[in-house]
Amino acid sequence: MKQPILELKGIHKSFPGVKALDNACLNVYPGKVMALMGENGAGKSTLMKVLTGIYSLDEGEIFYENKQVNFTGPRHSQEAGISIIHQELNLIPELTIAENIYLGREITNAFGAIRWSVMFDEAQILLDRLNVKHKPSQLLGELSLGEQQMVEIAKALSFKSQIIIMDEPTDALTETETASLFTVINELREEGYGIVYISHRLKEIFEICDDITVLRDGKFIAERQVAETDEDSLIELMVGRRLDEQYPRVESKHGTKCLEVKNLSAADIDDVSFTLDHGEILGISGLMGAGRTELMKVIYGAMPRHSGQILVEGEAVNPRSSQEALAHGIAYISEDRKGEGLILGLSVKENMSLCSLKQLSTGVQLDHGAEVVAVEDFIRLFNIKTPSRNQIIGNLSGGNQQKVAIAKGLMTRPKVLILDEPTRGVDVGAKKEIYQLINQFKKEGMSIILVSSEMPEVLGMSDRILVMHQGRISGEFMTDDADQEKLMACAFGHNIMEKTA
Amino acid sequence: MNNKVITNQEGPKARGLINKEWFIEQKSLIALIMLIVIVSFLNEYFFTVDNLLNILRQTSVIAILAAGMTLVILTAGIDLSVGSILALCGAFAASMISMEIPVLIAVPVALLGGAALGSMAGVIIAKGKVQAFIATLVTMTLLRGVTMVYTDGRPISTGFTDVADAFAWFGTGYVFGIPVPVWLMICVFSGIWYLLNHTRFGRYIYALGGNESATLLSGINVDRIKIGVYSICGLLSALAGIIITSRLSSAQPTAGMGYELDAIAAVVVGGTSLMGGKGRITGTLIGALIIGVLNNALNLLDVSSYYQMIVKAVVILLAVLVDTKHK
Repeated sequence: MKQPILELKGIHKSFPGVKALDNACLNVYPGKVMALMGENGAGKSTLMKVLTGIYSLDEGEIFYENKQVNFTGPRHSQEAGISIIHQELNLIPELTIAENIYLGREITNAFGAIRWSVMFDEAQILLDRLNVKHKPSQLLGELSLGEQQMVEIAKALSFKSQIIIMDEPTDALTETETASLFTVINELREEGYGIVYISHRLKEIFEICDDITVLRDGKFIAERQVAETDEDSLIELMVGRRLDEQYPRVESKHGTKCLEVKNLSAADIDDVSFTLDHGEILGISGLMGAGRTELMKVIYGAMPRHSGQILVEGEAVNPRSSQEALAHGIAYISEDRKGEGLILGLSVKENMSLCSLKQLSTGVQLDHGAEVVAVEDFIRLFNIKTPSRNQIIGNLSGGNQQKVAIAKGLMTRPKVLILDEPTRGVDVGAKKEIYQLINQFKKEGMSIILVSSEMPEVLGMSDRILVMHQGRISGEFMTDDADQEKLMACAFGHNIMEKTA
Repeated sequence: MNNKVITNQEGPKARGLINKEWFIEQKSLIALIMLIVIVSFLNEYFFTVDNLLNILRQTSVIAILAAGMTLVILTAGIDLSVGSILALCGAFAASMISMEIPVLIAVPVALLGGAALGSMAGVIIAKGKVQAFIATLVTMTLLRGVTMVYTDGRPISTGFTDVADAFAWFGTGYVFGIPVPVWLMICVFSGIWYLLNHTRFGRYIYALGGNESATLLSGINVDRIKIGVYSICGLLSALAGIIITSRLSSAQPTAGMGYELDAIAAVVVGGTSLMGGKGRITGTLIGALIIGVLNNALNLLDVSSYYQMIVKAVVILLAVLVDTKHK
């Protein structure tokens, strides 16, 4: 049996009112990639924070290189050789690559002056090793997100880390960037590093990982070898129940035409036309940077329109602001929940009602009673797990935050609901609930645009699919005629079908 | 679905949370009470009705400025121009009174003037996309200059007419034994409290300070909110200017210099975050009172004014440190 380099045994950690970790365990083996899986709120992040000393543990032991350890903080664990690469990168765009790698421990001479040439040389060695084709003197902000992640890895390597923890590393990466990340992970594995890979994407787990540890409700559930398991049994382990069908598509009769977009052009959008019926789900597929979000924002009035028309139920609305779009029944749920979707410092209630306060007030005065009723209705309907409607939303898990974001859009009673990556960073259980909700709205006759980078999601949920490439529509399919290969081909711009409006 | 179970389970937890928040909010109040108790032991005159009313009256000007400043800071902005607006509107009011323009016209006109001057900064910030610090630094300097030009650097007396006597009521009058400035302060804080807690505008202020792009994407006219808060802040600065001018029966061209910093200090001591989106108007009132009590106590205790500044700085630092510890 292989000997773990890092062992976390029987970790317990409680916060006031919550048992975050309840006998959680994790083994990391040298030269292996360990997947750490579980629904949001299962305790993955907490476990990593306990490991790196951000939180102190209540009970349990951590063995590193066969010695019991107790890290006092991230600095301590990092110096011992455990590096963590967070979902949100901790880099400074205004500094150079080399400065970022050596931030806080710059190579200096006896007088404290930075020895730039030495630092650049050292950084260059790290970058070469990771196959990053940039000079260490380049500003970090000029790099793509995937390349920035490589800089984080370089930083981890510069600490002579034995263990590298990656938290949702591919969330913001394009397919090509993901591929090159995997190449690097494979190389690190061969060089004997122990890697912990946290991700919601099952496909990636099976592609890159050797072993899987599953947590549920803070408890250790199982450690499996990837070779011995499959997606279904893994999902079952994570949610503790069987998920019958991942995408519960419902057939429903389409109604009349609801949204029509005619020859729409804007920055990064080039002559786009499509229609959408009541009770229809239109999937929008495409690679990152294909202009999907931009198109949605133009329709929502959040980005300027150059030419073309946007009609709702036959009436030209052409919104110039989000306010106008909402007034005409177009609601948009942003892909960037934390940046543009929610106000993290405000409560569940305040976030949810924000777009609908006009309906929830008499004159200038807020009708607190009506607001509470409306919010509680949605909390129940969406099965949002929150201690109360007054909970600060930043304290909820990603899935529950997303549900609030969707509820916020729905409260405006839109005719057209635009969901931009509605399940990004959301765990399997909550995902399914969100799908069910979307289907429910569809049945009620709402028109839904579903923008998603996950092809199975688009294929599983939509009635019709548009594929975008470089600001244009490069393909349109009825779902029954579509498959991943066809969508992919269009996403890469092959087989462009010129469509007339 | 098992919705019912969840709501039932989480009822008590919700109440516990409110309790904790409530307690944290009372922290600055506890500090204020402790300060009052300690000073009462050190000086027998301190805890008398006369002196307490005196403190409230002295505090009212800074408190009214701080009330407006709270709105601005909640949107993650800052307004350095309050002192200049105070001086200019005070001078404007004084010259109107000296021309025997009736109080009922002069005062509203001066207040609206303040709102207009404040909105100027708001427009520069919202439409010109200039940082609040820079925009209000510009208007602060500009309006102080205008005040100097307008007054020719000399005080403007309100004169000795009946109109001037009526005008003096704002600074020196009493209603039910309580000074008029204190009543005005109470009205201002009640109004702002209502605005923040019971109107859409108030909710939007918190939203804007918490996350501007999310607020914009929620279909809210962010520019209007920004211009609104700076206008209100300007209006309240003018009110403070009227109180001071009325009390002294003359407008000083240098009035209100440095008051912006006292107002900001009161807001911060009251627990409002300079990052925006978090804070309460009751906190600002307590913050202003802490600073007011401290000023009064140091005077009563015969501490030299040089040392007073040092003590004030230490108290503000302590208040802010305690506040960040709790977050």
